Amino acid sequence: MTLLSVSGVSKRFSRKPGILGRALDRITGESSAQTVHALTGIDIAVPRGEVLGLVGESGCGKSTLGRIVSGIYTPSDGSVTLNGKPVARMRGGNVQKLTTAVQMIHQDPFASLDPRMKVGETISEGPRLHGLWSASEAQGKVRDLLEQVGLEGAYANRLPHQFSGGQRQRIAIARALAMEPELLVLDEAVASLDVSIQAQVLNLFMELRQRLNLTALFISHDLSVVRHVCDRVAIMYLGRVVELASAADLYDAPQHPYTKALFASVPTLGTGRAAFQPIEGEIPSPLDPPPGCAFHPRCPFAGPRCRAEVPALKPAPTGVVACHLNDGGTELGKTAA
Amino acid sequence: MNAALDVRGLTTRFDTRGGMVTAVNDVSFAVEPGRIMGLVGESGSGKSVTGFSILGLIDAPGEISAGQVLVDGTDLRTLAPDALRRMRGRRVAMVFQDPMMTLNPVLRVGDQMAMAVRVHDNVSKRAAWDRARAALDTVGIPAAAERLRAYPHQLSGGMRQRVAIATALLHRPSVIIADEPTTALDVSIQGQILAEVRRLADETGTAIVWVTHDLAVVSSLADDICVMYAGRIVESGTAEQVIGAPRHPYTRGLIDSVPSLHPPGQPLPQIPGSTPQLVNLPSGCPFRPRCPRATEICATDPPLSGTDHPALCHHPLTEAPA
Ligand SMILES: Nc1ncnc2c1ncn2[C@@H]1O[C@H](COP(=O)(O)OP(=O)(O)OP(=O)(O)O)[C@@H](O)[C@H]1O
Ligand SMILES: Nc1ncnc2c1ncn2[C@@H]1O[C@H](COP(=O)(O)OP(=O)(O)OP(=O)(O)O)[C@@H](O)[C@H]1O
Ligand code: SF4
Ligand code: SF4
Ligand SMILES: [Mg+2]
Ligand SMILES: [Mg+2]
Repeated sequence: MTLLSVSGVSKRFSRKPGILGRALDRITGESSAQTVHALTGIDIAVPRGEVLGLVGESGCGKSTLGRIVSGIYTPSDGSVTLNGKPVARMRGGNVQKLTTAVQMIHQDPFASLDPRMKVGETISEGPRLHGLWSASEAQGKVRDLLEQVGLEGAYANRLPHQFSGGQRQRIAIARALAMEPELLVLDEAVASLDVSIQAQVLNLFMELRQRLNLTALFISHDLSVVRHVCDRVAIMYLGRVVELASAADLYDAPQHPYTKALFASVPTLGTGRAAFQPIEGEIPSPLDPPPGCAFHPRCPFAGPRCRAEVPALKPAPTGVVACHLNDGGTELGKTAA
Repeated sequence: MNAALDVRGLTTRFDTRGGMVTAVNDVSFAVEPGRIMGLVGESGSGKSVTGFSILGLIDAPGEISAGQVLVDGTDLRTLAPDALRRMRGRRVAMVFQDPMMTLNPVLRVGDQMAMAVRVHDNVSKRAAWDRARAALDTVGIPAAAERLRAYPHQLSGGMRQRVAIATALLHRPSVIIADEPTTALDVSIQGQILAEVRRLADETGTAIVWVTHDLAVVSSLADDICVMYAGRIVESGTAEQVIGAPRHPYTRGLIDSVPSLHPPGQPLPQIPGSTPQLVNLPSGCPFRPRCPRATEICATDPPLSGTDHPALCHHPLTEAPA
């Protein structure tokens, strides 16, 4: 059953230059006020109990999508529903309801906890505010949650600075779980952790997801982490989903030229020296995306149609793929559908 | 072959309010011309302080308290401040995680690179620009002549890092210390830079120390690997030796916890506990509280066992290679 449904979601930001930008504009004689197309036409459905990975390079729109799903940003176009109820219109009185249903966990466990608040207060603040817990039960619930994330109940009385990075990320997870969310959005939740600590937090996440049947959007740029914890994976490029498939299919048989190139360009442990093939060219600017398929300036298979026409997501041998090769070819006038 | 960089017994301490922190503790390694040495370790293990200590860039409350840093046979630690400054940038250069530590935001790339040339070499401005352009070519920057006229903010993060690397190359140094230079970059851009750096080492014979926390990166890039833990090098050897048959329990644990080596969804082997605080570190092996092989003797300082692929451990995983 679909829990989260994202349909036709786009997000545009108008970027006005800051002080430094304005100063540099004067030096260079250019103007930097423009529109960023952060997301374009995103369609994603996440069934209850699934962990969906969002992968892509910096600026492709992963966090923006996470924030829209969490109700922090409103989409420019399209709609997001949770359990069939629209998320975008849950303004005013309803926004509280939304913020309990979706919880976001961020990259930096140092920045996301209030340094002056005891851990117990940090965890119970949300549920108390939203009337989920009474004052009398809060203490016991906090202790339960701390134990669920592998910390001692007595830690409730400590301040965040008394914890290591991995422990703080556990506290952030406990705080999110306290809201009994229907959906977790983890935005690079293990990226800032050391390898040895990252394994601890990933193990905790996998165990909790089994036990609580969690549904989650798992945002990460680390392909091996995503493969390990996600059921399905969406690959994003410049604000669009270019491929979406089960993790097993995607990693065994990537279909989209960008996905293939991305996998080939990542050094992996144990494959030996120089066993990777970098993608040529630069990531294009979202201020000025290339026409047609945004990947065409870097794609070894690009043809005339790729420069003229945006490929649509179509069913492929595995999953769905947005590439003309999967839809009649890259010559002009060869539209299949 | 003679080492381009030979570090012996380097020790750097910080006198902090909480106590003495020995951030770099009796560190020794050598890098031959054209080779890349990956210095790996987790946050706070002393990688950056090692890099700064090699260049003599440690300020109070820090102090390099012991050791030698031989670059092409000259011990930088015995040089007068002026002579050391002449060596820096010329014989040994540094590249940082944030290229803006090297680049000046209000100067054109070409102007600042030309200035960097003329700091050490008395050449015309024109000749300096030519050398800057050649250096940009070397690191694979397309349309180098145009990029020289750009300001740093007009370049992508990956381009800026290439400019920083090109700047480090201007004087054809014997040694480059690169501190997490691709950590902030995207994977596809990181891949490009790693490939260029590998080619540079092979073609120019520059010895490179590549500081990173990313095991996968060093395993794909480096010839040799040193693993740091709590200020010490606990294991060193060729990349094949260290990744393929680690001898130190910490290295073993690190490699085991990488997800790509395990079936998806399965619990990952994890190293218990957290990285140690360096203030008032107890005596003996600092990995002891987290080590599955620890015994009583580990409360005493572990010996360095093996010469070809040494490990600092009382109970290394494989016998010392002959
Ligand atoms: N509040 C905002 N105002 C203006 N532009 C924004 C804002 N938030 C995001 N953007 C822009 O939208 C694009 C997508 O950004 P987003 O943060 O979603 O990318 P990301 O995929 O999460 O990248 P990263 O991997 O670096 O976190 C970028 O070009 C970014 O600069
Ligand atoms: N100026 C300073 N004063 C006091 N202690 C310092 C100072 N600089 C570094 N240290 C300490 O030295 C130790 C090693 O730090 P270093 O920056 O070398 O770690 P690192 O391995 O580079 O870590 P990271 O991966 O986080 O960059 C740390 O414990 C740090 O707290
Ligand atoms: S649509 Fe064309 S340019 Fe885009 S990925 Fe497919 S082949 Fe390459
Ligand atoms: S010396 Fe002892 S505690 Fe330290 S790594 Fe070796 S076995 Fe483990
Ligand atoms: Mg992001
Ligand atoms: Mg560092």
